[in-house]
Amino acid sequence: MDISRRDWFLASIVAWEEIASAQKIGPSALHHFDAKTAAEIEALVEQILPSDETPGAREAGVVYFIDRALTTFDHDRQEDYRQGLREVQARRQTLFPESQSIAKLTEPQCIELLQAVERSDFFQLLRFHTMAGFLGNPSYGGNRDHVGWKLIGFDHKMFYQPPFGYYDKEA
Amino acid sequence: MQDVDFIVIGSGAAGGVVAKELATAGFRVVVLEQGPYLREKDFTHDEIKFNFQSPLINNHKLQPNTFRRTESEEAKVQRSVGYGRQVGGGSVHYAANYWRFHEIDFIERSRWGAISGTGFADWPITYADLEPYYTKAEYDLGISGLAGSNPFDSWRSKPYPLPPMPVKSSGVLFERGAKKLGLHPFPAPLAVLSQPYRGRAACVHCGFCARYGCEMGAKSSSLATVIPMAVHTGFCEIRPDSYVRKIQTDDAGRVTGALYFDRDRKEVFQKAKAVVLCANGAETPRLLLLSKSNRFPQGLANSSGLVGKYLMFDTGGTAEAMFEHPLNDFKSVEATRLVHDFYDADPKRGFYGGGGMDARFNFNPISFALRGMPRDMPQWGREFKKNLAEYFSRTMTSMSHATCLPLEQNSISLDPQVKDDWGVPAIRVTFQSHPDDKANAKFLLDRQLEILEAAGARKTWTHGVWDVTASVHLMGTCRMGNNPAESVVDKYHRAHDVPNLFIVDGSSFVTSGRQQPTCTIQALAYRAADHIVKSARVGKI
Repeated sequence: MDISRRDWFLASIVAWEEIASAQKIGPSALHHFDAKTAAEIEALVEQILPSDETPGAREAGVVYFIDRALTTFDHDRQEDYRQGLREVQARRQTLFPESQSIAKLTEPQCIELLQAVERSDFFQLLRFHTMAGFLGNPSYGGNRDHVGWKLIGFDHKMFYQPPFGYYDKEA
Repeated sequence: MQDVDFIVIGSGAAGGVVAKELATAGFRVVVLEQGPYLREKDFTHDEIKFNFQSPLINNHKLQPNTFRRTESEEAKVQRSVGYGRQVGGGSVHYAANYWRFHEIDFIERSRWGAISGTGFADWPITYADLEPYYTKAEYDLGISGLAGSNPFDSWRSKPYPLPPMPVKSSGVLFERGAKKLGLHPFPAPLAVLSQPYRGRAACVHCGFCARYGCEMGAKSSSLATVIPMAVHTGFCEIRPDSYVRKIQTDDAGRVTGALYFDRDRKEVFQKAKAVVLCANGAETPRLLLLSKSNRFPQGLANSSGLVGKYLMFDTGGTAEAMFEHPLNDFKSVEATRLVHDFYDADPKRGFYGGGGMDARFNFNPISFALRGMPRDMPQWGREFKKNLAEYFSRTMTSMSHATCLPLEQNSISLDPQVKDDWGVPAIRVTFQSHPDDKANAKFLLDRQLEILEAAGARKTWTHGVWDVTASVHLMGTCRMGNNPAESVVDKYHRAHDVPNLFIVDGSSFVTSGRQQPTCTIQALAYRAADHIVKSARVGKI
């Protein structure tokens, strides 16, 4: 079986109702993280998908997506975030003893910190949530104004007609 | 419905067909389906839900299975079997590849010879026996394809009822590369409507096909086709959320009905004159083993000891390629071109095996960002984001679909410790690929890469060939045969040991073909149902 099909059915399963509830909460309000924690998480996800000439995790609202996920379909990952963030903070203090918070690190420092933890389960969870919050259905609170879809050229219509791509005309 | 002629257990590719055929013939049928009865309105383009929460397949938290590679290992809880768990089963969310087997698939043991240490065998039926039912399936369900376009196909009595789906850029490029190498690419036959058919609308190319249910009803799933036909007869009741835990028998050794948990987990007994078991290649043997009794101490229909044995899994490999211009392959159906030049096994390769390969796009936006990019490139950060923006629309996949040898030690059995949420013993999977299966998958992967490079790819990459530990193709666990000592069902799918029990699904397979089993499962189901109807009409059940 191919990688994506295998991963697909190895993925965790939650109830439909929990998914539905994730789509009902209003935008731009935090329900799980306090403001300081949200700023720390945002500083991390901003380096996973940075804002440059195109929008990144910040503009997509990834931190709001994660906040909502942790109170709905991924509520059983709350402790993973608490524990994971504690470990990242400990690593920050080792690497940059003078620093006050992740949010106050310089960009190169924050990248170095992420490189130091990128093999951890928490980083993989954070990366998954960042991609899902950037490229998932906007009803979950991320991918605001379809910034993720626009970046990759996914136009999300309900239907298409051929030709679909550049090479179709060769047929 | 209390007094019924048949219980059909499972409503997927096989169960849907059997229910429709029996009800159309005027028999009273109850279909017991584990999962819910979803409708087109329940199917959306929500990747987070359908790709990452997987509500359309068995829930491993509620129904865990254990896994081990060999009988000497301790089995651990590890997801290994995946199947569609709703009315329509896996036909709801599958990619809808609809390949007939070739003539060779049924007689390969005679042509190739014995392979030591395996249960490699001929089928008790031939392609000619099944051909009318392949045709019936294609016309009943609505299949799109181009007859005569594949020089390696076996003969067919009628063309496809619908023209092939429009080609995507992945198909154009695959065709370009294959032709440069002297191969014979052809349009993929698909269980998706390229034009309106028998009151159903045609595909609108939304691109959410594999892993999703079709909101248009254009995918020719059991849910969109035979289930409504069965219900329309007035003789068939679909009973969702009905989880069978035992098939009951009497002292004469005949099946009397099925005991199941209803939605409220209350036990209900449904009586019937006969049972047709279509629960898939994992749940079917499990249920037979669970249905042991004084008369059937090894499990029902298991005098051969072969129930659950010869499990065959989904085998093959994937290669990715990136091109200069956008393919936009996230649109429309998953696969549009195939190559069958390496379908037959060839002794010159030094191993047994063969397969087909396709051109497709295997991803949605999130899954592509997570694992679609080449592994030798950054997986996060500024460079990753730049590459992601370039690669998503320019990448395609080729997947191979390859032989999996039947080994007796590869099996479905009952786990002695682990139970599901209903307290029923869980499935224990024992599986390890034969070395020839791995050599074959590697051989095919090299051919896929050659085609993609010949097509002019800027970059190609693969995840290599890995140990198969999980599958959504579940085959071989109640194999058919003429000898009751060497098989579980006869060539009409009647259990050798139980006259009023029929078993038809992937478990009937003797060999794996080249994967893509749904078409053959459904042809077998039409053929079995035809025989069951004839037997029932003359009182021979």
